[in-house]
Amino acid sequence: MKLIELKDIYKTYYIGELAVPVLKGVSLDIEQGEFVALMGASGSGKSTLMNILGCLDHATSGEYWLEGQEMSQLTANERAIVRNQKVGFVFQNFNLLPRTSALENVMLPLSYTAEHLPDKETRRRAMDMLNLVGLGDRFHHEPSQLSGGQQQRVAIARALINRPSILFADEPTGNLDSHTSEDVLRMFQQLNTVDGITVILVTHDANIANHAKRIIHISDGIIDNGAMSGWLQNEEAGAGGAK
Amino acid sequence: MKVYRTVSTAMRALRRNPMRASLTTLGIIIGVAAVIAMMEIGSGSSAAIEKSIASMGANNLMIHPGTAASGGVSFGAGSVMTLTPQDCEAIARECPAVRSATPVIRVRTQVVYGNRNWVPLFIYGVDPAYLNVRDWANMAEGEAFTERDIRNSSKVCLLGRTIVRELFEGHSPVGKEVRIKNVSFKVVGVLSAKGANMMGMDQDDIVLAPWTTVKYRVTGSSASTVNQSSTSSNTSSGVNTLNRLYPGSGMSLYPEISETQAADTPQPVRFTNVDEILAAAGSADEIPLAIRQITELLRQRHRIHQGEPEDFSIRDMTEMMNTLSSTTGLMTNLLLCVALISLIVGGVGIMNIMLVSVTERTHEIGLRMAVGAQAKDILRQFLIEAVVLCLIGGALGILVGHGGAFLIKFFKNWPVETSPGAIIAAFLVSAGVGIIFGYYPAWKASRLDPIEALRYE
Repeated sequence: MKLIELKDIYKTYYIGELAVPVLKGVSLDIEQGEFVALMGASGSGKSTLMNILGCLDHATSGEYWLEGQEMSQLTANERAIVRNQKVGFVFQNFNLLPRTSALENVMLPLSYTAEHLPDKETRRRAMDMLNLVGLGDRFHHEPSQLSGGQQQRVAIARALINRPSILFADEPTGNLDSHTSEDVLRMFQQLNTVDGITVILVTHDANIANHAKRIIHISDGIIDNGAMSGWLQNEEAGAGGAK
Repeated sequence: MKVYRTVSTAMRALRRNPMRASLTTLGIIIGVAAVIAMMEIGSGSSAAIEKSIASMGANNLMIHPGTAASGGVSFGAGSVMTLTPQDCEAIARECPAVRSATPVIRVRTQVVYGNRNWVPLFIYGVDPAYLNVRDWANMAEGEAFTERDIRNSSKVCLLGRTIVRELFEGHSPVGKEVRIKNVSFKVVGVLSAKGANMMGMDQDDIVLAPWTTVKYRVTGSSASTVNQSSTSSNTSSGVNTLNRLYPGSGMSLYPEISETQAADTPQPVRFTNVDEILAAAGSADEIPLAIRQITELLRQRHRIHQGEPEDFSIRDMTEMMNTLSSTTGLMTNLLLCVALISLIVGGVGIMNIMLVSVTERTHEIGLRMAVGAQAKDILRQFLIEAVVLCLIGGALGILVGHGGAFLIKFFKNWPVETSPGAIIAAFLVSAGVGIIFGYYPAWKASRLDPIEALRYE
């Protein structure tokens, strides 16, 4: 079953009278359980594409099917519900609430949809998630008391709390050193292979992109076809590009 | 459940930044407190000023007997004897707009103590209510005479400060006896100083005594009564009652009645007149009402038919009333200005801190939207935060403002008056401003594209 199906997506921004086309007819299929890297130079439209995929934004024209549901006609509130329940986001700059414990940061998405859950249950789920990302001993630390890698792992736990089927990561390692980047990327791989979560990673760095099973190159608002390299091939090719 | 969760989210968000929350609250506290303190101090001063002007007699109504005229010759105001002590009692009893009323008997004569003598400006025979009417109830020394002294025609009196200075050279007169027209009066109290009235007459140059004593023991006749008046009333009725009652009123113009005539004539009704009735309206606003009520009552009591002229006249202190009402108006406007300025200052403070605090959190709003908050969730959260802050700030502001006013009252002895209107207005305006200016940026933020809000630094 196709998880994501994009048909001829256009996105044009208007700056005053000036029309700036960013996506110029993107068509794309992503299957359940894939680990995809969206790769492209800055300004190529990869972030715009991710925003559309993550229902943060809507396309100017074209069709976007997510789990068999047409997304491009949804209202802002309906998109908010989709964001809350079907997708998770990990950002470059972590975007944790300052002066808030790791546990409460992780519980944040639950406060918008999971009102049927009692407090105890939400806490238990948040704790489970933090344990999953290896922060079982940091429940009550605030972001300022955590390292960059730990903060990003809190953000991953938050993205996963509603058990989404897709995880979007926008340059998740942009603010991390190479060692922690490796940890975070390995976590994505683990989530992908073990838990079967579809991961869509946006990056401009080929080394990062190589951790994915499939790389989609975007340049100038359209998809460059052909490149079907990726993590599996790299594994076979040994230490080729990863190191 | 949804509301509970939003409230707990809002409370958590407030606790997360206690500095910002307390600064916002401080803005509201200062706004509310400023308005309440200013209003309480202001209305206290205003009430004190009104009271002091009222104590000059602005609320007073003077009821004089009407004018007698004989063959086109008018004898001037108060020349007939139509007012009775019973009129006075009826006024005090039956006119709701009248706070109290007293009869006044005027005499002008010499007061003697030891080897000194003095002719006071005013020697008044009055009811104890006089002190209430004139707002003169605090005595400098001793105590006022009572209703019992009125009934007994007790020979007691109260002296004004000027009399004390002239007759007693500043020594305490209480318990001493002064003589008025050879009747000795025991001094029971000294009136507090009142100074000159609006005409420049020394109001402390006064002797007050029970009106019954002055009426029956000191003067045989009313001081203002001129001989002609009895003549004029005699001409109209066959029964000459007044001449018998007030032998001091002069020569007899009519032949003595014989025993036969006396037997044929019914026993004359004992009639006591007073020179003036002094009444005080409940407040300056009630003066016109009080005048209407008294007029109606006296017309009825004196059996004056529709269309006939009144046999009395009522005068109010127009000049003083104008002063009073213009002062009151001035104070009201001043208070309004002060309250408006305080409200604007407080409102701007609240507005700024609310705008800053919400703008500062645009990024947080973007994040919340990215993880699934709908516009209404954001609005609700910020609204509840604003309401909570405004409630806490408003309550503290009332305490601070009230406490500040109390401290000023305590240390500076400034008159302070609690004004519930100001409390409600200040609270409503501050809460309104807080909620509107907490809500407006949040509303704007909730309209934002989540991407924009996330990118906002």
